Amino acid sequence: MFNTVFPYLLTGISVGGQYALIAIGYTMVYGILRLINFAHGDVFMVAGIVMVYLNASGLPLWLSVLLTLLITVVIGFAIERVAYKPLRTAPRMSIMISAIGVSYTLQNLVLYITGGLNQFYPKVSFISDSVTIFGASTKMVTLVTPILTVILVVALVQLINHTKIGMAMRAVSKDFETSQLMGIKINSVISTTFIIGSFLAAVGSMLYFTNYNTVIQTSGAMPGLKAFVAAVFGGIGSIPGAVVGAFIIGICENIIKGLDIILFKAGITKQNLGLATFSDAFTFALLIVILIVKPTGLFGEKTTDKV
Amino acid sequence: MKTKKKFNPAMLWAALVIVLVYVAVFITEQLLPASSMLFTVLKKGATYALVAVSMNLLNGFTGLFSLGQAGFMLIGAYTYAIFTIPVADRMNVYQYYNGGLVQFAMPVVPALIMAGLAAALFAFLIGLPVLRLKSDYLAIATLGFAEIIRAIFQWNKLGALTNGSNILREFPTFNDFNIRNAEGEVTLYLSTLVPFLIAGVCIALIVMLINSTFGRSLRAIKDDEIAAEAMGINLFHHKQMSFCISSFFAGIGGAMLAMYQSTIQAKAFTSAMTYEILLIVVIGGIGSVTGSCISSFLFVACSEWWLRFLDQKQMIGNFEVPLLRNGFRLVVFSIIIMIVVLFFRQGIMGTKELPDLFKRKKKSQQEVKA
Repeated sequence: MFNTVFPYLLTGISVGGQYALIAIGYTMVYGILRLINFAHGDVFMVAGIVMVYLNASGLPLWLSVLLTLLITVVIGFAIERVAYKPLRTAPRMSIMISAIGVSYTLQNLVLYITGGLNQFYPKVSFISDSVTIFGASTKMVTLVTPILTVILVVALVQLINHTKIGMAMRAVSKDFETSQLMGIKINSVISTTFIIGSFLAAVGSMLYFTNYNTVIQTSGAMPGLKAFVAAVFGGIGSIPGAVVGAFIIGICENIIKGLDIILFKAGITKQNLGLATFSDAFTFALLIVILIVKPTGLFGEKTTDKV
Repeated sequence: MKTKKKFNPAMLWAALVIVLVYVAVFITEQLLPASSMLFTVLKKGATYALVAVSMNLLNGFTGLFSLGQAGFMLIGAYTYAIFTIPVADRMNVYQYYNGGLVQFAMPVVPALIMAGLAAALFAFLIGLPVLRLKSDYLAIATLGFAEIIRAIFQWNKLGALTNGSNILREFPTFNDFNIRNAEGEVTLYLSTLVPFLIAGVCIALIVMLINSTFGRSLRAIKDDEIAAEAMGINLFHHKQMSFCISSFFAGIGGAMLAMYQSTIQAKAFTSAMTYEILLIVVIGGIGSVTGSCISSFLFVACSEWWLRFLDQKQMIGNFEVPLLRNGFRLVVFSIIIMIVVLFFRQGIMGTKELPDLFKRKKKSQQEVKA
């Protein structure tokens, strides 16, 4: 039993860590701007494409990793400045539509550049190596992801709780207008949020695509949506919540992928039920359940509607 | 109340324009060869116009930001296909499922209505939990439901009904409406007029709904939920109705898409399709039925026809225009969309409708006279 479940559990934890890194970007942006940044998943995908092209240009690996991080951060920053900043006073629906527009643009741009073909992700030494634990063979990235995720999250929480910019972020997410009146430079706080979010998405993309090997213009959509679900599940605006939510979703999703085999080997079912089809749907079912049962998520704060 | 019945010349002009469009469609169809790009655009445009108007009913008139349109289109498309595939062809289509479960075929119109009803039924069930959510949570929950529906329709255990992840085909398409003589030659082309008629009837129904008491309640909800509730409008009931009606027409739109494409597969109904329709609504103007119709034809024409030249190499004299290659069309297109979203937030029509255009003209004429 353990031997059947363990590999799925392992992949689940790894994928969960990668979702967590994306989910932080969603949850921070939502916390401050009350915006579902639909383009975030595509920023994640663009980071993958940038890495592919930098590596193909013959740069040394460490340099292409650094440049990927840098370029992704610049893209994230630019998106906010171009597409969201002009709409700051517009109704929320306009900003969300703008985010969908950005997502559409990024996907089409990548389609144009790559010609719509699958791009093979370069092998990053060490994290691409194979490793065997408890009889389950996997890539090193599976082990690295959760550790790296935890380190980055701890660092981020320190940043938010103990630095001046972190304090400003917390203030802005509590009350946008009042913090502006208190002399906080809203625009720089928002830009910082997007920079941090994009940076983590870039790290996440390196881990994720090392696992899945190929990148295409639509690769970002699903992980993006799932990471958003994770953020809602954990309580939007809460960073630990997003991380916990992402791990739960990653694990559940991978267990469902293997559920047919697990149930079969445990002797519960006699035939293949094709349950793997529902691995994506499960995430959304979870979302709907949590929204109905506890709309604020696991660690979310309660808000009240004001007239 | 008396002023309401007064003769309104603007309405007459608007009706005349619509009739002229239909006549023009009918005549061009008889004159131009059937393979012309124009007809592809018109057929797909009519389909998208209906879906866009149905989305506008939710997003523009009720203020519910729903992103489940692709899911409801999928239900409509599948219901239509399942009920209309001729019995003789079922063995062929459902080759892995022993001919499938359904062993009868319906005529097109009842099947279209069934498609709408099926989508509305699902919308009713989904609406029960989801419509209590607020703005962006609602968006993401409906988006999630669309994904769940897509997964269910691809589940091979339901294959006897949905053909699993295989395509459905052989159902009547728009081309089957052309009237042929005994030799199989087309004597009267109707394949473009029919989608226009279906979409026209549905959109007319939606417009009537919007202008009714019910429609006014919906606008009140959009403007201010709390105030609307205080005025005695049952929020949940109205939202639920609006959601079901919108899905009903999205379902019919899905069936039309099936007719246009002649084959359907669940995996094509992704969230990207919903986004496309949302962008059509935005370009046309959120809250304008006329705008949604115009922009859906523009959107389809640009993406399928007018901007095609951007995908091929072009020479001006001896100079080869740089950047032009496969996919450039979509880049230009998305940049246009971003410009509309950022700088022309009103879209083409804002909240104006067709008769308003004539009204304004008349007013300015009066001013000139004065």
